Amino acid sequence: MTGALPGVVAAIVGWLAIGVLCILKPHDLRVVRVLFPAGAVIAVALAGIGLAALAAAPQSMVLPLGLPDLPFHLRLDPLAAFFLLLLGSASTCISLFSSGYFRNEEGAAPGLLGLQYHVFLAAMALVLVADDAYVFMIAWETMALASYFLVTTDHRKPAIRSAGYLYLLIAHVGAIAILLCFGVLQGGRGDYTFDAMRGVTLGGIAPSLAFFLALAGFGAKAGLLPLHMWLPEAHPAAPSPVSALMSGVMLKTAIYGMLRVTFDLMHVQLWWWGVAALALGLLTALFGVIFAAVQTDMKRLLAYSSIENIGIIVAAFGLAIVFQANDKPLLAGIALTAALYHSLNHAFFKSLLFLATGSVLHATNERSLGRLGGLIHRMPWVAWLALVGTLAIAGLPPLNGFVSEWLLLQAFLFTPSLPQSFVNMLVPLAAAALVLAVALAAYVMVKFYGVVFLGRPREPALVHAHDAGGLERAALLLLALGCVLLGLIPTNVIGAIDHVNAQLLGTSVRAAGESTWWLLAPVALERSSYSPPIVLVVIVGVVLATMIVVHRVWHGRVRRAPAWDCGFPLQTPRMQDTAEGFGQPIRQVFEPFFHIERHLPSPSDTTPVYFMRASDRLWTWLYVPIARTVEVLARVVGLLQQGRIGVYLGYSFVTLIALLLFVG
Amino acid sequence: MSIGTQLINLFAAVLLLLAFAMLAQRRVVSLIDLFAGQGLVLALSTAVVAYTTSQPHLYQSVALTVILKVFLLPWILHRLARKLDVRWEFEGLVNTPTTMLIGIVLVVFAFNLALPISEIASTINRSTLGIAIASVMLSFLMMIVRRKAIPQVIGFLSMENGLFFAATSATYGMPMVVELGIALDVLVGMLILGVFFFQIREQFDSLDLKHLEQLRDEQLARRAPPGLEDLAKPDRELPPETTR
Repeated sequence: MTGALPGVVAAIVGWLAIGVLCILKPHDLRVVRVLFPAGAVIAVALAGIGLAALAAAPQSMVLPLGLPDLPFHLRLDPLAAFFLLLLGSASTCISLFSSGYFRNEEGAAPGLLGLQYHVFLAAMALVLVADDAYVFMIAWETMALASYFLVTTDHRKPAIRSAGYLYLLIAHVGAIAILLCFGVLQGGRGDYTFDAMRGVTLGGIAPSLAFFLALAGFGAKAGLLPLHMWLPEAHPAAPSPVSALMSGVMLKTAIYGMLRVTFDLMHVQLWWWGVAALALGLLTALFGVIFAAVQTDMKRLLAYSSIENIGIIVAAFGLAIVFQANDKPLLAGIALTAALYHSLNHAFFKSLLFLATGSVLHATNERSLGRLGGLIHRMPWVAWLALVGTLAIAGLPPLNGFVSEWLLLQAFLFTPSLPQSFVNMLVPLAAAALVLAVALAAYVMVKFYGVVFLGRPREPALVHAHDAGGLERAALLLLALGCVLLGLIPTNVIGAIDHVNAQLLGTSVRAAGESTWWLLAPVALERSSYSPPIVLVVIVGVVLATMIVVHRVWHGRVRRAPAWDCGFPLQTPRMQDTAEGFGQPIRQVFEPFFHIERHLPSPSDTTPVYFMRASDRLWTWLYVPIARTVEVLARVVGLLQQGRIGVYLGYSFVTLIALLLFVG
Repeated sequence: MSIGTQLINLFAAVLLLLAFAMLAQRRVVSLIDLFAGQGLVLALSTAVVAYTTSQPHLYQSVALTVILKVFLLPWILHRLARKLDVRWEFEGLVNTPTTMLIGIVLVVFAFNLALPISEIASTINRSTLGIAIASVMLSFLMMIVRRKAIPQVIGFLSMENGLFFAATSATYGMPMVVELGIALDVLVGMLILGVFFFQIREQFDSLDLKHLEQLRDEQLARRAPPGLEDLAKPDRELPPETTR
């Protein structure tokens, strides 16, 4: 495939061109309805290129763009190809959905959104093929800015503006860390191409410094603790397709960056880096899922769930480092495969769920779980497709979420072979934490799905909810099919991911295992195996058998009668279990995690209002003190600004005298 | 010592004296006259340099200096002062004797600074480099201590005089293109500042620059970033979850 990299460049240019076309007639919806599917076609092509380039040899090119003597270096290797595949396949569906979703009423004009959206896509693609720090940073910052403008689409609301501000702030803190990381990696040679960085051998604390700068910088974009704060603010603010794109794809570019820096640009990996990443990832996963359990806004819930999934991916990444540093490439390969597999899965099911919330939002104008319910009757398409996503994210076989989490657990089970006894002792705890996070994720998803789609409508207005349009249904259907497919053919998916393993770790997982198309056995058949088709057949068989039994044996015995009202003569839909009620046990168990404001009405209250808000302690412990310190420092610096011209001239005069004294 | 060198030194001394006079002068009209005088002395000394070293291109500089700094700029300044009705300048933060003392310190500093440079220079008037630097600094000082807008502009213009003098004494003047460019800059700058004076006076009924200080706080208030602490309360636009 010699034309792969030029193809990627053509796709980037194509997206930019579509963006420019969108802005020509910003208020004409017909233009958007045509141009977004055109973007989806490009995305399909990009996914195809990614798939083809996975097995191909790396290729690079130099574009004579940018500053003099600083051309754009691009490179397409299996790692980049895998993430291009992820970007292309997820954005195909999201673009398709967007073309039916964007309307004229939401803040910015649809054409302007189209420009920002396609620039965002192009920047993400450029991040993945960048082969020097200069292009990488340009693309990275373009991505941050484009997504900032997308988040603040509805910029007339002050809450959305400040959510965007927080996002931009954390994105920039992360970008500074990444820039410093590249500064360490070039090793004093002043050559910022990735090729030169691969050739540098760092000594002393420089590699550790570079790794932790990368972890902090990319972690800020991915939403690792404690820089996760922007996610639950930005996702509810952004339009749903943008949330899907940011959560499904953009967070993965941060994972890509971590992998690129750790396994490709650096030669050594130290085991304690892996332990740090593992601990941070698991902490993030637990934190995210616990907060997701108490949310009452469906998009905030999904945002916290994204934090959880990123935590799991980073934990797998950390485990891969631990194994690689201890010279166990096969196990490192399994952990890395789990990380990449879960990235791909998360791109599918999280996009699906975010898009489903978008459809619900359009149909009901409501994001609060307390005012939804019973939508499966009004919006069957969205509800049933969202069910697939819900099951996948909850990690149930035979869907895709199960496979990656199972692989990660397999990798955990092999840790007793590690030489560091300290790690050996901690790993069972880590595995337990992972299982806890996964189980709680299932709990959260039951809450999400149950409250939104099942039961009876909590508000009378929900009766008028309508199902999503044709393009939106098609997009959701494609994503749901992706979830099923990724779950059913794990051996093929792992075969594709294996090219990345071969590039980064120099080992192949596939050759070691005894997998066939229907049976997945990553290490050896007698140790562990999983066969999705069998699981599927059993599940379908059991369901069919139950249905037959119910219909044949019990058919006709159903009797409808007034229910015994259990002493509650009046029952309204508002008396169903609420989101808060469902999350209450978790809130009780993990109470120290939250900062809870609660207002309980007294018995004599004639207009009783129950009110509860669980917020993040990190705000008051970390962010507010930092903000205060910055303000105080800014005030001190502000003393320089006297407003008198004489004083300003005095500054320059003193500077001049000082310079003359020291230089002259 | 040739008569030319002596003349140049004499003019340089007069230039320094005028710089001090401008620093002390508080009547605006006299200040403009002193500025014109400085321009004249500058032109004369440049003419002497041009004559003794036979540098014909310096005559063009002389002509430019005479036209611009002796006639045109003082005329514009006089007109401005008359139209804006500025005659007196109140004493600034630093009183006049102190200002003079600071000026003397600056002159000593400038001479010290010029010493190594004038040893390298091969021009006949290299000894005047210290005076040139001193007059630049004195003009800078004048801009700092003055409160009204017109004296500040005069300080700015006379700083340009000092720079010109420094250039002549170090390397027999700058290339013609640069000189023309600077002259044009000064002229245009002057015209723009004239417009600004009127705007300032219309806004504040005075040319006192202390009124400009008020702009600062308003600016700060307007530019305040969105409150980070407000974000601590999530879901502000959503009503809190209530159950009746």
